[in-house]
Amino acid sequence: MLNRYIMEQGNIVNHKLFVKEGKTVAFSPEVLGKIQQLILRYPEGQQKSALLPILHIAQEELGGYLSVDVMDYVAGLLGIQPIEVYEVATFYSMFYLDKMGHYVIEVCRTGPCAISGGEMIMEHLRHSLGISPGETTPDGLFTLKEVECLGSCGTGPVMQVNTGYYEHLTPGRVDKILDDLRENANKDKPDDSTWVEKFC
Amino acid sequence: MGGKILLAGIEIPGIRGFDVYRANGGYAAVEKALREMTPAQVNAEVTRSGLRGRGGAGFPTGLKWSFLDRKSDKPRYLICNADESEPGTFKDRYLMHHLPHRLIEGLIISSFALGVKTCYIYIRGEFKYLVGVLEKAIAEAHHHGYLGEHILKTDFSLNIYVHPGAGAYICGEETALLESLEGKRGNPRIKPPFPAFKGLYGCPTVVNNVETLATVGPIIGMGGEEYSKLGKGKSTGTKLISACGNINNPGVYEIELGLPVEDFIYAPEYCNGIANDKYLKAVIPGGSSVPILPADLILSTAKGEKRLMSYESLSEGDFLTGTMLGSGGFIVFDEDACIVRNTWNLAHFYRHESCGQCSPCREGTGWMEKVLYKIEHGQGKMSDIDLLVRISKNIEGNTICPLGDAAAWPVASAIRHFRHEFEEHVLHPAEVLEKERRLSASFAV
Ligand SMILES: Cc1cc2nc3c(=O)[nH]c(=O)nc-3n(C[C@H](O)[C@H](O)[C@H](O)COP(=O)(O)O)c2cc1C
Ligand code: SF4
Ligand code: FES
Repeated sequence: MLNRYIMEQGNIVNHKLFVKEGKTVAFSPEVLGKIQQLILRYPEGQQKSALLPILHIAQEELGGYLSVDVMDYVAGLLGIQPIEVYEVATFYSMFYLDKMGHYVIEVCRTGPCAISGGEMIMEHLRHSLGISPGETTPDGLFTLKEVECLGSCGTGPVMQVNTGYYEHLTPGRVDKILDDLRENANKDKPDDSTWVEKFC
Repeated sequence: MGGKILLAGIEIPGIRGFDVYRANGGYAAVEKALREMTPAQVNAEVTRSGLRGRGGAGFPTGLKWSFLDRKSDKPRYLICNADESEPGTFKDRYLMHHLPHRLIEGLIISSFALGVKTCYIYIRGEFKYLVGVLEKAIAEAHHHGYLGEHILKTDFSLNIYVHPGAGAYICGEETALLESLEGKRGNPRIKPPFPAFKGLYGCPTVVNNVETLATVGPIIGMGGEEYSKLGKGKSTGTKLISACGNINNPGVYEIELGLPVEDFIYAPEYCNGIANDKYLKAVIPGGSSVPILPADLILSTAKGEKRLMSYESLSEGDFLTGTMLGSGGFIVFDEDACIVRNTWNLAHFYRHESCGQCSPCREGTGWMEKVLYKIEHGQGKMSDIDLLVRISKNIEGNTICPLGDAAAWPVASAIRHFRHEFEEHVLHPAEVLEKERRLSASFAV
């Protein structure tokens, strides 16, 4: 029954229903195969459980944020109502509802990081990038965000760039990281494999 | 000290991989449990060990397991809580990163004891890199016949799946976690019914912390009796403490419960003292939700006894002069730390993370943050301090889940022990603001 969902609905939606700005909103066949396996991790009739993992994949594969079209597409894949996807997408801080910069920089603002210099790191980023938290640089390269504890309080201050951790930050190190990112020559960048690659 | 139990072998190169882990005694406990013991015997060993939940509340694990509805004909589930979002806590991440197989081993034995065939590891989405580490460890265990159908040719079958969250502190609360795992918003459920009867998909479910479940392997290996000899009183065994803040050696340490707090803070093998030769001002010993204590009360109890790292000793004096072991997120503040600023910072955290279901929590956390912001930024009144105490009292105990209490306690305890600092902010706003400015300028390199 689950297989039917993904096969039937997957094929229906694949190339016909969801067309945005002339582009089709659909996973590649390989990704779709992986998603089918993910759904089978949950008992029959509980395919909705796969929603969070699939939204992570969707955000990464389909444009960097969850547009209404993408959310509707995911709802179709799982055979649930679009509203069930919207209410989840709006609840969790890792899902973006708007277009983001190429690099999303998320700086931890919570207590332990704050007392080890985190506030200074945010100030430094504001000045270096010329934007406030929640904004994107005009060239579309960086979005700055403030987030809560990242579970890395002993190695603070900490920030994530597109879900990779950068720890023990100093203003000098932040400059170096920004330069590397701009030149796309970031040598010691953290593990940045995709969500699809994460699931065996 | 009792030596390393949970982190044993962590220094061995390659211990993350199956072969090295196995060659160093790994999975022997699984073989012992599945080949030589019945599920009831495994349960009994865990009860005998005195193991208490390492996720925060310290509830005895054997007792929790005994509540599981074993009469129901529905499938049972075991959920490993790897949400780790309590500020100051980063121990589960450390354990999963270095010793993923210790957790897998614990999950297999625990599932065997509970009669579970499907186990989910709910891990916070920010730990994306660990999803790959765990998936790989699970695949290796499958390959070697420790997972899947007929494990070790017995009747026992088990699958473990990793399930990522997506950024919400509240999903660490067990019923919010279950909602999230069902693909919904993380709104905590009203209890009862408890997960032991109606948990995931309405089926009997046990939710345990990563560290709790990882300890089950060593307990079966050494025997519950032996394990219970470690530690002190009802705080048996060892515990991972993640230490951070103004100390010389932040990091994750496995301590035998009952270690004096003073030794933990000052001994070279642990925190190694306060950074930059400053004085100790205060400690939040169990993650940001537990009460903060000033230096004198964290080092010794109000009765003048040495304060120990144990469930009982840390809560000695209740909330008047005590605190809690909680998750073991040990946050240290030096003489320069501003308690008002930190309290405001944490109030912001709880306001941000409130799921918004109950009014006392949704509204109260917002008000506490606003009032604290005012005081911290030199616009407070004396009456605001009592207002904060009143708001915190109105939240405490009046909400669906304990996040409300978790938001109220830090504010109430900061005022209880550091009222003079709040008053100082109200009386001398200009001086306080100037001190802040100089302090933050000193961070600049
Ligand atoms: C707001 C809130 C957040 C929590 N976060 C976590 C968490 O991140 N990890 C965890 O193991 N337990 C967390 N808990 C505790 C869980 O609800 C649950 O008690 C725990 O996972 C049980 O495991 P244990 O018995 O092994 O400690 C949290 C509780 C609350 C109220
Ligand atoms: S106490 Fe707060 S977090 Fe918990 S259910 Fe109520 S509103 Fe949600
Ligand atoms: S406070 Fe920044 S990672 Fe925990």
